[in-house]
Amino acid sequence: MATIKELRQGLDSKRFSSAELTKYYLDRIKKFNKDLNAFITLTEDLALEQARAADKRIAAGSQEMLTGIPYAAKDLFCTRGVRTTAASKILENFVPPYDSTVVARLRAAGAVLVGKTNLDQFAHGSSTETSYYGPVHNPWDLERNPGGSSGGSAAAVSAGLVPFALATETGGSIRQPASLCGISGWKPTYGRVSRYGVIAMSSSMDTMGTVARSAEDLAITAEAISGFDPKDGTSGKLPVKAWSKNLTRSMKGLRIGVPQEYFVPGIEKDVKEKVSMAIEEIRKLGPKIIEVSLPMTSYGSMVYAIVTPSEISSNLSRYDSIRFGHTTDKANDLYELYAKSRAEGFGDEAKRRIMTGAYALSAGYRDAYYTKAQKVRRLLVNEFHEMFKKVDILLCPSTPNVALKIGKAADDPLFGYIADQLNIPASLAGLAAMGVPCGLGKPDDGAAVSLPIGMQILGPQWGEELVFQVGYAYQQITDWHKQKPVGF
Amino acid sequence: MNYEPVIGLEIHVQLKTRSKMFCASPNNPDETEPNRNICEVCTAQPGSMPVINKEAVHMAILVGLALGCEIPEYSKFDRKNYFYPDLPKGYQISQFDQPICGAGIQVVEYEGKKRPIRITRAHLEEDAGKLIHEGSTTLVDLNRAGVPLLETVTEPDFRTPAEAKIFLQNLRNIVRYLGVSDADMEKGHMRCDANISLRPAGSQDLPPYKIEVKNLNSFKSVEAALNYEIKRQSEMQESGEKLTSQTRGWDDSKGITVEQRTKEQAHDYRYFPEPDLPIMHFIRGDVEKIRAELPELPAQKEERFISEFSLQDRDAGVLVNDKNLAAYFEEVVSELEEWFKEERLEADIAKLAKMAYNWISGDLQALLKIEGIDPQNSRITAENLAELIKMIHQGQVSTTAAKRILEVMFETGGDPSHVAADEGLSQVSDEVAITAVVDKVIAKNANVVADYKGGKKQALGFLVGKIMAEMKGKANPQVASRLLEEKLH
Repeated sequence: MATIKELRQGLDSKRFSSAELTKYYLDRIKKFNKDLNAFITLTEDLALEQARAADKRIAAGSQEMLTGIPYAAKDLFCTRGVRTTAASKILENFVPPYDSTVVARLRAAGAVLVGKTNLDQFAHGSSTETSYYGPVHNPWDLERNPGGSSGGSAAAVSAGLVPFALATETGGSIRQPASLCGISGWKPTYGRVSRYGVIAMSSSMDTMGTVARSAEDLAITAEAISGFDPKDGTSGKLPVKAWSKNLTRSMKGLRIGVPQEYFVPGIEKDVKEKVSMAIEEIRKLGPKIIEVSLPMTSYGSMVYAIVTPSEISSNLSRYDSIRFGHTTDKANDLYELYAKSRAEGFGDEAKRRIMTGAYALSAGYRDAYYTKAQKVRRLLVNEFHEMFKKVDILLCPSTPNVALKIGKAADDPLFGYIADQLNIPASLAGLAAMGVPCGLGKPDDGAAVSLPIGMQILGPQWGEELVFQVGYAYQQITDWHKQKPVGF
Repeated sequence: MNYEPVIGLEIHVQLKTRSKMFCASPNNPDETEPNRNICEVCTAQPGSMPVINKEAVHMAILVGLALGCEIPEYSKFDRKNYFYPDLPKGYQISQFDQPICGAGIQVVEYEGKKRPIRITRAHLEEDAGKLIHEGSTTLVDLNRAGVPLLETVTEPDFRTPAEAKIFLQNLRNIVRYLGVSDADMEKGHMRCDANISLRPAGSQDLPPYKIEVKNLNSFKSVEAALNYEIKRQSEMQESGEKLTSQTRGWDDSKGITVEQRTKEQAHDYRYFPEPDLPIMHFIRGDVEKIRAELPELPAQKEERFISEFSLQDRDAGVLVNDKNLAAYFEEVVSELEEWFKEERLEADIAKLAKMAYNWISGDLQALLKIEGIDPQNSRITAENLAELIKMIHQGQVSTTAAKRILEVMFETGGDPSHVAADEGLSQVSDEVAITAVVDKVIAKNANVVADYKGGKKQALGFLVGKIMAEMKGKANPQVASRLLEEKLH
């Protein structure tokens, strides 16, 4: 399973063409997708057309890092002329009239879109089981879920169906599936990558990142998609640097914090052990490892439980069946048109979040819930801000557990809660983060399986450079990111 | 019992930006083909995001400064959530608790009395689309969806419907002077909702209810609806009925208001800060730069017209009500002043200004109205009109002839001295020529002359008429009359 860097060398040295490479990946998708259900839509014709155009560019010597490299996009990214479902019924037949900024940037860079990947409906979930198009299976164990909501993208990269994929994260949806599928995932600083054209979940937290086979590959993709977008009023104007050319950095003198709140009971034995071992590996490179405490992070999931559904309830209002999307055929008046179209079109989780959010925002409750939650969020942001004066980077587990069996996530609320504790604070604070594989292990129930475990690297807002450097340094001394699931 | 009305206004003004409030789609209120000025943002396609239109923000601050509003350091947008087919996102981006313009004040003058009206706030928001009902189906036109609106809210400080109407007219004039809106109520560029309730005369308390009247599409309907409500509410109070808060709609054809919604059915809009847009931060210096752009405002202009040209209040008001007419008037007066200075003539500015006002607001405006154009677009330049006025002032043409000359000028754009010559309308003031005719008329009408000398003063008019007829109307009647009187004494 090749990295982007290796494929780039192959294309540039004319060992293979982009058309050949694209066919190779399309064949793999056709072969394995029936087991994984990682893709909702394949864009074969478009891909081959883009590949041929990329080959011309390569022949002319005007290629960029991603020219001719196949990729997949989570089916939350609008793609002009290509159906975009958000894994929902309500958008089953929605064909966007425009490209999201990220997809447009990859198009301009000459990358080749091979298809749209599966996810939890509207990204509401962390197991990719709530998709209207069926659950995604984890390549490491087909009976297990790949995490979510970017489970389709993570499974596709893990199984070698694409070298990288676009993913999104609102509260763990990149770091967690990357960890459970044994790949690397980048959750950008909020505002680093344009949200324009990506179906919104929770606008104040949504970030658009990538999953790939190494920290270096993530840096390459990050360079291609990052940067200010005049169409996104919340995107930042900070310059995009050549991160992939600037990965080597001595870890000596670096202050690395290990927050005790991220090693709480409920985290599986093997997970704790492998992440601790990974930190020990990094310690050998010479940084100062400091045990730290982030007490406000324990309020993270409570804040998230209010802010996220509030924003979701409003963001999902546009799915009213008037201009696009599923329309009921049972309506007698305007109210029924709304109520029945939405009742038929939305899944349970979307409905739950709409109701919770509408309640939290309603007159008389807004101050007690939404306004209060935002105040607590501000305290949490400040706590991280203060912490990053004392340390340069934080290391901790990405998930409390290895991949769960399909159907198990719903019955195991505790896992969900602890998982949120590990992922949500960084999302609320809009931090730069990455997940890297750091070992294989078995679940606490003793099942005879060997499943990926991930560690997250948390940096301050706009701290991408250091996050990539730490991930790269770790991957220079370990091979966990080179492990691959059997059978693919 | 005597009641005092307590009235407040909420006025939406469509801003004349090039593009819409949150996207690049054109803002063109005259577009007739449905759904032409739309894009993924104003049709709320999944994933699309709003971006703040800087031009709209600039215009809003201009209006705020003109209304004497405070411009806060920070302002933000909020979402107002509700479902309606003309609202694509299922929420309107508006401003809840940090509007772009804070408290302000405007003075309203009614029947010679000046009263301050407090402005609560003015905020930016986006307009909704339009629904077109065709038989059993309803069609949605989103050309207007996302057009910027500035909503100005006043305190309940009006005590008469007339004051409310004057405030509205003043606001219309201000936004027109600022060039930020056409503010044509009939075309919906400016829309008004009024809140009205009654309290016992002398009371200072706000009444325990509030009637909101919607669908007021002209200045006339604002005044009429408020007068109707005063009558309706006082009759209800007289008969002991309890008034409760509700929303009513004005039916212009029937001249009545009808109930639309009671308070119990009021929406919960679930406002919250718009997470897709950054908070706006206004730096003092930038606001002051915008303040420096403010042109002379209608109230200032009116005051100046009165003090500089000694115009009557009413006349100054008529001119100021039309920015273009006022500008044209000033140009004509300044041409006249120039002329009189050049020719070292004694000029009575007040008299010249009054003449200019009369000609502009009378005959010229009548002609402009027929064509439906501004004075700036007519063929009569300010310079030519000034010349015509000068000719009248100097007795070179009669008032009657001048009216005819003006018509020709309006059609051809000719200059008044040429028109007068071509049309044979120049007035003869040459005393020698007129004296000859006077002698002739006296000789021919010995009887009438005898009557006049016998004390029948009206006979003089008859003789002047004869002189005018003899000279085919070109004689200066004042000169003719004076010469005649001299001869007869």
